[in-house]
Amino acid sequence: MNAAIHITLAWHDWLNLFGHYLLLSMMSLGGAISTTSEMHRFLVEQHGWLTQAQFNDSIALAQAAPGPNVLFVALMGWNVGMNAGSTTAAFLGVLVAMTGILLPSTIFTYLVAQWGHRNRELRAVRAFKQGMAPVVIALLLSTSWILASSAGADGTHWPLWLLALASCLVIWRTKLHLLWMLGLGALLGALGLI
Amino acid sequence: MTSPPVFDRPRPASLSDLFFSFTFLALQGFGGVLAVVQRELVERKRWLSHEEFIEDWAVAQIMPGPNVVNLSMMIGARYFGLRGALTALAGILAVPLVLILLLAVLHARFAANPQVAGALRGMAAVSAGLIAAVGLKMWVALKRNPVPLPWCLAIIAAGFVLVGLVKFPLGWVLLILGSLGCVLAYRGLR
Repeated sequence: MNAAIHITLAWHDWLNLFGHYLLLSMMSLGGAISTTSEMHRFLVEQHGWLTQAQFNDSIALAQAAPGPNVLFVALMGWNVGMNAGSTTAAFLGVLVAMTGILLPSTIFTYLVAQWGHRNRELRAVRAFKQGMAPVVIALLLSTSWILASSAGADGTHWPLWLLALASCLVIWRTKLHLLWMLGLGALLGALGLI
Repeated sequence: MTSPPVFDRPRPASLSDLFFSFTFLALQGFGGVLAVVQRELVERKRWLSHEEFIEDWAVAQIMPGPNVVNLSMMIGARYFGLRGALTALAGILAVPLVLILLLAVLHARFAANPQVAGALRGMAAVSAGLIAAVGLKMWVALKRNPVPLPWCLAIIAAGFVLVGLVKFPLGWVLLILGSLGCVLAYRGLR
């Protein structure tokens, strides 16, 4: 990306990075994005392995690109590796960061989900799953709101809000394929209309 | 999963079907994949009902880790056990990972381009609308929920204000409102 820095990473630094992401994995309730402030402290402030711009770009790019948002972790690993001086290191960075952030949480979730599935008739398990339903809906609406606000933070961006509202209604009420709406949004944006 | 579940509706035909379905929906997910999961797997493929989707997502959300990754793993595991979990995981991550690394390499060249920036902004706005639409659709799942409807509405409103507007830490919101919902559901279930 931009304004690269040059760092040297010894094998214990890689281990340190891996260990840090293993730890963050178990702390990432509500998604990896909730641990970004801790990643920032570790990567940018404490070790200086990433610049502020690289850190921000990693998140913004992963938000904009298709795929799960957790891929911003891969980009951070990639950039740390590039700063260390080679594409090989960059791939190692991706591997270390992604394995670290995913391994503990996926194993834990898999075991809990299997347990929940085996015991799905238990009153407590049913109560948990169904009792969370309104919270899930609240989180969806909040995510939508936060995403729309970050796209058009101030009032002058009302066309963006209008587009968000229109696509909400279309997706809610019709069976139109999502890609058509995304394509329309991209087109309107590229033409400078929103 | 000791006893084979009874499937009275469509399910993934094979591991490769699972892999490509998840890859395909991951590639549609700009700004998050969750809305696409609901659209593709509940409405189009009908692998999950609204209720199952919302229940699985509640679990995926409350567990540590990226919630879409957790969710795809759980759905894969439901049909093919551990192999399914790993396949769904690979499906949702592999191709998008390659793509995003390519984008990172090209990023410096394209970031300054106003058309590209505009297109990304437009897609983000559509994604925002799309996620809200999923929330609205989940409404049908509440009708059969043991939590009384006025309580559901109160929890949704409180959750939206706390997370969306006040930016209250998510963990606390999940703990407080989640416990409230679970207690109400427990009392409603007999």
